[in-house]
Amino acid sequence: MRENPYSLKKPETMDVFRQGLRDGLPIGLGYFAVAFSLGITAKNAGVSPFQGFLMSLLTNASAGEYAGITLIAAGSTYLEMAIMILVANARYLLMSCAMSQRMHPDCPWYHRPLMAYDITDELFAIAISREGYLHPYYTYGAVLSAAPFWAVGTALGCIAGNLMPLRVISALSVALFGMFLAVIVPAARKDKVIAGLVTICFVVSYVAYHLPALAAISSGTKTILLTVVISAVAAVLFPHKEEEKKEDEAQ
Amino acid sequence: MTYHIYLYILVMALVSYAIRVLPLVLLRHQIQNRFLQSFLYYVPYVTLAVMTFPAILEATQSPISGALALIVGIVAAWFGASLFRVAVSCCAVVFVTELLMSLLG
Repeated sequence: MRENPYSLKKPETMDVFRQGLRDGLPIGLGYFAVAFSLGITAKNAGVSPFQGFLMSLLTNASAGEYAGITLIAAGSTYLEMAIMILVANARYLLMSCAMSQRMHPDCPWYHRPLMAYDITDELFAIAISREGYLHPYYTYGAVLSAAPFWAVGTALGCIAGNLMPLRVISALSVALFGMFLAVIVPAARKDKVIAGLVTICFVVSYVAYHLPALAAISSGTKTILLTVVISAVAAVLFPHKEEEKKEDEAQ
Repeated sequence: MTYHIYLYILVMALVSYAIRVLPLVLLRHQIQNRFLQSFLYYVPYVTLAVMTFPAILEATQSPISGALALIVGIVAAWFGASLFRVAVSCCAVVFVTELLMSLLG
């Protein structure tokens, strides 16, 4: 039988877990601000603080939950809800595919369904930006410090409404984008193709946002469409050399 | 027919978990196809870039503070600041900018 590379008996497992806890904390703080405003929306749709807490704990999706809350307010069918969540969260499907390619061959199977629980833009970003294979305990640490903020923030938003100064919410809301930049920019610095891609993404995304013809498409759907199209074109024009990555990992 | 919020939440939870768990559990082997490999390599950076801009301009009370946060975030990340530092710098820029704007008027 092959050895479990992520055994709890290994001293580095707890070190990686602690790194995850530490890196998850700023994400949690960013989540808190967003969850708080989500909670205000939820309250207006007739969702109780406990229901808001439960929804965020189980769904872990900002755009998806916003969309879901509007459907609850409108009294839509369960089928409409399912389709809406599918579309708003389809990017997590792509992220999950990307994660599957970075799993250690000897990683025990039960880590996969556990790691899937909180695949979000931010937690995916910090996990995938680490070198080599994904470490389950890094993800667990990050989820453990970030997810409670998301759920509790939603509940508090339902309770406290508009008590927080607008300027504080405004400042906290860019924390998430700061985290995105902390992942994209170092990669762009290392790889010229990514640097070019990011620039193109900014331009195309800006145009797509302001184009009247695309106004009817939700921002979640736009994100999916642009991601698939731009990544596919890049993959055809600039095939990524996997061999180089393996050499990096061996060092 | 009446709809129950707990059932809505159940649908939301089940669909979002299915989306996240199926690829991770079903894709057991390394994808050999060069196109798919490259596609999945680019996906995270492209998604994050698309979601950052122009959304960052809309997240704040004024597009100016959002734009400044974007610039400061890029510069900080370029010079190797940690995730936390980049995020805090962006927040600080927005807070200070909007404070100055309200003071000046």
